[in-house]
Amino acid sequence: MSIKEIFTTMEYGTASENSDVAQQWLANLDNTFNHYVNGKWQKPASKKYFDSNNPANNVHIANVADGSTEDVEQAVIAARKAQKEWFNIGGHARAKFLYAIARQIQKHSRLFAVLETLDNGKPIRESRDIDIPLVARHFYHHAGWAQIMSTEFKDFEPLGVVGQIIPWNFPLLMLAWKVAPALAMGNTVVLKPAEFTSATAVLFAQVCDEIGLPKGVFNLILGDGKAGQAIVEHDDIDKIAFTGSTQVGRMIRKATAGTGKKLSLELGGKSAFIVFEDADLDSVVEGIVDAIWFNQGQVCCAGSRLLMQESIADKLTDKLVTRMKKLVVGDSLSKNIDVGAIIDASQLAKIKEMVALGVSEGATVHQASCIDYKDGCFYPPTLLTDVEPASTIAQQEIFGPVLAAMTFRSPAEAVQIANNSRYGLAASVWSENINVALDVAPKIKAGVVWINCTNIFDASAGFGGYRESGFGREGGKEGLYEYIQESWLTKLSTNSSKSKENKKTTKKASTPLSIDQTAKLFIGGKQVRPDSGYSLPVYDASGTHIAEIPEGSRKDIRNAVEAANKAATWSGATSHNRAQVLYFIAENLQTRATEFAQRICQLTGKPVKDAESEVDLAINRIFSAAAWADKYEGQIHIPPHRIVTLAMKESVGNIAIVAPEEGGFLGLISTIMPAIAMGNRVIVVPSRETALLATDFYQILNTSDVPAGVINIITGDREALTDTLAKHYDIDGFWYWGTAEGSKLVELESAATMKRTWVNHGKLYDWTSDEQMNSEIFLRHSVEIKNVWVPYGA
Amino acid sequence: MSTNENTTNKTAQTSGHELRNPGIPFDLGFINSININRSAVERRAATIATRRTVKKQHQAAWLLKAITFIDLTTLAGDDTPGKVKRLCQKAKQPVSKELLEALDVTDLNITTGAVCVYHNMINTAVTALAGTNIPVAAVSTGFPAGQSPLPIKLSEITASVNEGAKEIDIVISREKIFTGDWQGIYDEVKAFRTACGNAHIKTILATGELATFTNVAKASWVCMMAGADFIKTSTGKEPVNATLPVSLVMVRAIREYYQLTGIKIGYKPAGGIQKAKQAIEFMILMKEELGNEWLEPHLFRFGASSLLGDIERQLEHHVTGCYSASHRHAIS
Repeated sequence: MSIKEIFTTMEYGTASENSDVAQQWLANLDNTFNHYVNGKWQKPASKKYFDSNNPANNVHIANVADGSTEDVEQAVIAARKAQKEWFNIGGHARAKFLYAIARQIQKHSRLFAVLETLDNGKPIRESRDIDIPLVARHFYHHAGWAQIMSTEFKDFEPLGVVGQIIPWNFPLLMLAWKVAPALAMGNTVVLKPAEFTSATAVLFAQVCDEIGLPKGVFNLILGDGKAGQAIVEHDDIDKIAFTGSTQVGRMIRKATAGTGKKLSLELGGKSAFIVFEDADLDSVVEGIVDAIWFNQGQVCCAGSRLLMQESIADKLTDKLVTRMKKLVVGDSLSKNIDVGAIIDASQLAKIKEMVALGVSEGATVHQASCIDYKDGCFYPPTLLTDVEPASTIAQQEIFGPVLAAMTFRSPAEAVQIANNSRYGLAASVWSENINVALDVAPKIKAGVVWINCTNIFDASAGFGGYRESGFGREGGKEGLYEYIQESWLTKLSTNSSKSKENKKTTKKASTPLSIDQTAKLFIGGKQVRPDSGYSLPVYDASGTHIAEIPEGSRKDIRNAVEAANKAATWSGATSHNRAQVLYFIAENLQTRATEFAQRICQLTGKPVKDAESEVDLAINRIFSAAAWADKYEGQIHIPPHRIVTLAMKESVGNIAIVAPEEGGFLGLISTIMPAIAMGNRVIVVPSRETALLATDFYQILNTSDVPAGVINIITGDREALTDTLAKHYDIDGFWYWGTAEGSKLVELESAATMKRTWVNHGKLYDWTSDEQMNSEIFLRHSVEIKNVWVPYGA
Repeated sequence: MSTNENTTNKTAQTSGHELRNPGIPFDLGFINSININRSAVERRAATIATRRTVKKQHQAAWLLKAITFIDLTTLAGDDTPGKVKRLCQKAKQPVSKELLEALDVTDLNITTGAVCVYHNMINTAVTALAGTNIPVAAVSTGFPAGQSPLPIKLSEITASVNEGAKEIDIVISREKIFTGDWQGIYDEVKAFRTACGNAHIKTILATGELATFTNVAKASWVCMMAGADFIKTSTGKEPVNATLPVSLVMVRAIREYYQLTGIKIGYKPAGGIQKAKQAIEFMILMKEELGNEWLEPHLFRFGASSLLGDIERQLEHHVTGCYSASHRHAIS
């Protein structure tokens, strides 16, 4: 076209990022990607390779090593061998390596960006301006954490060897999120990128090689699900970190159940994008562009559900439809497109299927029309209106550039619809009223809430979900706990004694003068008889049958969870208020200390002095929990934007606690109190031995202003109750102290709804140890960290 | 304020023959409902120029187009007729003949959009530009601070129109913004509009002095309601002049006014636009937010004095492949 013509048409023309250097890089590798293990490039044991294509034009990029169990085995051996020294070289030395990685990524930033776009199909603008800069930032930030680990985490150790499995939507960025904290904290890594996107991971391994990262510290295994499975199932891996679909995450949860592997999962989402009537609507429109048409909508935290206040719904929809007309879909290397290629034909087919389903359920389709491509996997930005919360497309993740729009009437209803999801990854709240925004943000069940912005990430702030969006955080101080453990945890002894079954004697104690005491379940603040109508005998230390405890069952658990749900206001109560209630419990226990000590003596045969000191210590623990109630505070992160990021500590919700058998009364108190101090509601299964103490204890709860439903006590058969609790879909967290088998059961059954589990794998905690009990571990498990991003500017 | 769908898109589209903005009744409720989120605006503005680009032929064409948007300006205390004559000559022939021939665009008859001067220089400029279609714009109403009595402002406009100015760049009374007297601004601009008669009125908001984007949006709306043909960012004398974020706020207001009334208001960023690359960024903004119709001189202008020089250098680079030097291009 001549200049004269362009002068009239004022078109942009084509402008494509040059990919010569990236093509040369691929050619230098003979377009073949191998594993990087123990500091060496290694061909796959299977001798097999599979093809990887550029989804924007279906052109072959590389032959990718098809990793197998043998390859993973070697990588784990190398990682294990390297780990001790990697930690022992010290934080400063590790910091220097991470810093060097950050610098190298910046030096080769354009190569990384172009490769990422060739491999993944995302627009070059995004890989150049968003992905790669965030990667460099992540390594810089975590170099700092390595530097200060010895002072900031002085009672912690690395986990050891970490297996990391990452998705294809942000290949290098997800690598950075996984690798940087793991290495900073002294772990070694076996990482597997997604089968569709290996290129930048290979270049990253080259960078590690170039800077002289000690061999075995970072190992790269390429391949598909088989290699991933081999990592998940490897018994010398201490932790699995996974980002991907909820379906695969659930499989990993099940596969690792009972193995003692630590696990963090960052899974799917159906994040709400909530627009109030006082929002800056033109800015909202751009927010939506960034929410759902960023990276072709292939973003776990994509704002895929648009919730509009009814009063502005039509206006906003019009603006959005107008804006969509300007969005250009086309070749990913083009500098004049907004939306690139979908990762793969299979994904494209799934998106089409979901949209068709939406239409069949009554949705109206609006689509962008600027299409600028020939071959390849593309799908236009799509808005679906006439969608209701009950529509399939409002509930299920599409993982494509498809937005489902709905309306609401009030802030409360917006929250209700937003939370009407199995997922809980992120949300975006748009309002110019700080009162509305800061009221709504904490009410949304999601790990990240962006106020008047969306899809903003930084190394300094944790990212991760609630509910079936997974657990664990990546980024910020909160993310580091996924890669370290309290030193004392590694030194616990294993519980070898089988749980004592109370089959002692059937001889009932003859105390004719005392009135029969009827222990009951404690549900919703009331003493209730068990639904089963059965009781279990309780024996004293000498084996004499002294009383009965109710045999709780499924229905009692159901009732307890319902009662816990009704006590939701406890989570919203002020921390001062919760502290007061806890102090009051301590006060009332103090007045009845002698009675409890006597009961401990009776049940355990402990000397009176020991029993008295156990009660004293229990009171001490209650005081500690009360003390922390208003002091275990959130943090304010300082990302490099004009944004304040509030890392709020929120209660987990309903926590099931199966109390330690060996812990006695002290164990019971030590587990319940931090949980309720942080605003959780608990359903407690006391140990058989302490059951009578637990039922005595509810009388104290009754007199201490503990709101009904905050603590629910169900006695009975531990294992059966554990099973029911683990399978209950409305329990958010599960703490279990018992056998290794019980621990496995809890982890396995929690997979269905991704409960946050904390189990002891048959290890014995020392309930009298200040080191263990006063560590923050109880508090940490009592909270979810939600990062609320609040941009500002007058 | 209710949208009048019927009037939307009714306007005749012939370039240069837009319906002039008759204005609409003042609506304080609407003004008070405006909320602009600065951070979000800045984020969008930051990606405008990273989502689109023009290279090679397209870049050359866009830069030539940019010249036609320039209100070639001199607004200094030491302006003389001699200086203004030089300026007008440059406006008539902004790019050297050789360059135009090399680009094969001689028949596009490229001139700047206008020449912009103080009242005292109107006569000189009108004379110098006789026989061309280049209008003379005059800054007015106590430019740049606007701290003169209303009758004097009005008579200044009348005098300038009588001298032959086809465009009057007025300044709004910023004091009224800070005291919340939106009605006062409306009334004043409406009076200015009447005084302008057939001359087009560009309303300068002095955005660098308005403190918030919400004020910028409100001021944009009040001026449009009062009948402005153009809204313009700055006098060039404020510490911060035309920026992309502030432009985004103003062009969004223009878009919504168009949707409401069917009337297209022009936009003029002024001050601080010195580089060809910046000009292209502003043009991308116009194309993305408002569309190609706003990439015409009757709806888009740059208030700039040194921009042209950089454009000439870039055009020469396009032709020769070699980076250019200022002294190779005629000054104004």
